[in-house]
Amino acid sequence: MAYDKFEILKSTAVPLPIENVDTDQIIPARFLKATERKGFGDNLFRDWRYNPDNTPKEQFVLNNSIYKGKILIGGKNFGSGSSREHAAWAVYDYGFRCVVSSFFADIFRGNCLNIGVLPVQVSAEFLDKIFKAIEADPTIEIEIDLPKQTITLLVTGEQESFEINSYKKDNMLNGFDDIDYLTKMKEEIKDFAVKQPF
Amino acid sequence: MSTTLFDKVWDSHVVRKIKGGPDVLFIDRHLIHEVTSPVAFLGLKSRNNSVLFSERTFATADHNTPTINQHLPVEDPLSANQLKALEENSAEWGISHWGLGHQNNGIVHVVGPENGITLPGATIVCGDSHTSTHGAFGAIAFGIGTSEVEMVLSSQCIMQPKPKKMRISITGELGTGVTPKDVALFIISKLTTSGATGYFVEYAGDVFKQMSMEGRMTVCNLSIEMGARGGMIAPDEKTFEYVKGRPLAPKGSDWDKAMAYWETLSTDEDAVFDKELTFSASEIEPMITYGTNPGMGTGILNSIPNASEVEGGEATYKKSLDYMGFAEGEAMIGKSVDYVFIGSCTNGRIEDFRAFASIVKGRKKADNITAWLVPGSHIVEAKIKEEGLLDIFHDSGFVLREPGCSACLAMNDDKVPAGKVAVSTSNRNFEGRQGPGSKTLLASPLVAAATAVTGVVTDPRTLL
Repeated sequence: MAYDKFEILKSTAVPLPIENVDTDQIIPARFLKATERKGFGDNLFRDWRYNPDNTPKEQFVLNNSIYKGKILIGGKNFGSGSSREHAAWAVYDYGFRCVVSSFFADIFRGNCLNIGVLPVQVSAEFLDKIFKAIEADPTIEIEIDLPKQTITLLVTGEQESFEINSYKKDNMLNGFDDIDYLTKMKEEIKDFAVKQPF
Repeated sequence: MSTTLFDKVWDSHVVRKIKGGPDVLFIDRHLIHEVTSPVAFLGLKSRNNSVLFSERTFATADHNTPTINQHLPVEDPLSANQLKALEENSAEWGISHWGLGHQNNGIVHVVGPENGITLPGATIVCGDSHTSTHGAFGAIAFGIGTSEVEMVLSSQCIMQPKPKKMRISITGELGTGVTPKDVALFIISKLTTSGATGYFVEYAGDVFKQMSMEGRMTVCNLSIEMGARGGMIAPDEKTFEYVKGRPLAPKGSDWDKAMAYWETLSTDEDAVFDKELTFSASEIEPMITYGTNPGMGTGILNSIPNASEVEGGEATYKKSLDYMGFAEGEAMIGKSVDYVFIGSCTNGRIEDFRAFASIVKGRKKADNITAWLVPGSHIVEAKIKEEGLLDIFHDSGFVLREPGCSACLAMNDDKVPAGKVAVSTSNRNFEGRQGPGSKTLLASPLVAAATAVTGVVTDPRTLL
């Protein structure tokens, strides 16, 4: 098994109502020097979270103890820029299992799915509702139901469904990943390779 | 049935189609570097897998390397450790490795094409989003995450849903002082940084036909900055001419076999795209960015737009201008600049240094400017010397550094200090991209050169 199974997640959420959050903000390049996958959560949103002298920036949401939970809610075009999977690792390592936005950058979305973080794309209207609901009451819970592919604001019962292809859904539900799949295809791949022009 | 260039290359690489899921895509060429590969090799080991086709992966050190004194040991222990990991992993699995000091070393997207690793009609991936560069050759090339690097090492395949197709055509002829970088920044400013998300782009029309291979690489390189997975240009005589004779390009009968395939690589006349956009070259001016994403760009003579004129949320827009210390309505021309950086996988090729030299020749670097000139590879560096450009740089007060990604992502010591403004030929102006608190204005090598000699944002057309 490549990562933890994902079925139903019920949690409070952390709101980050900023658009175009790029992976350089999620984890700045100077923290990409490790050769092992550990400790990236400490530097999640490093330069938004800490001053140059490493004291916390009090106004940043991760430094506000009112907001916590396993769901991160981001503005439109979340995860743009660099392909660094370290961004998804940092999100996971910090403790998030799901990122909700009205639009995701392709590579970040793929990286999340490959490590067991569920990207949930909702409409701009629903995203706005979530931000407003959390603003009104940071303790409200959101339920992500992967088998049913729904996201629900439990306080009002408002719900939206989200897309995920059946292959990836099956992977998430069972904790499988693409490498598990591909390693079973080696002979087929070898036969294919022989026929390539170069 | 009529098909696009993209369909032809993609479909010929699908090993298996998964119902309701992605395609299993065969990868011809895999490029790796020190930052996004170590964890992939660890994963390979922990699953007891091995590298399936070591001859299809190529390693070069670039992201995390110093650009001075490369003959000395790397001082930063973490960087040195990553470089060592790349060297050891490559040796262990029999992967070709161009480490620091190797004659072929340089930025992964510069050394791929110049050594003939990059070929038309190939599928090429790398754990770096600017892998889209190689699309200039009519290849399907895109960036991947580390999990996918492990997939390619262990199976030479990745699993990808097939993207939608977009064609961007630019008709006419570019004006004086308007470069491929300006073309790309113009398109991104029109589409925004998410305008092509979910698409693979084909660039077509007169402007791209006339463009050099280097220029095509610059444009395809920046495809990711509009959200596209990649961008490609149909190969033509110029492409074949560039590839022929490169050390790792096919030779003899292999070349003939490859050519037979490459000559089929164009979009059929009545093929249909999911989205088509057309612009006129006459609309494009030398560009500069004013904000914290590459979509926040404008013609260099323009002023910074008001929040109401741009797409997207006002709060995000204002946060961005606040970070830059700029205000709506301000002119970009004449803005004070502290640093100039020419280099990166976007503009670190010989043509870029020729352009830079064409402006600084006979002029002097402005006193307030710290300039970093970083060639994309040792081969580019050698050409700079061979063509006499180095003498021009020295006479004008510039120093040439050694190859690497350098201040593009500032993983090494080439960091723009907090609060300082850089005009940079690189690809991203995100907050802190060139160093914590740094402010980046993306532009062409010509704009960078004009700015380097005047000390303020300058229209290069006034100096040509």
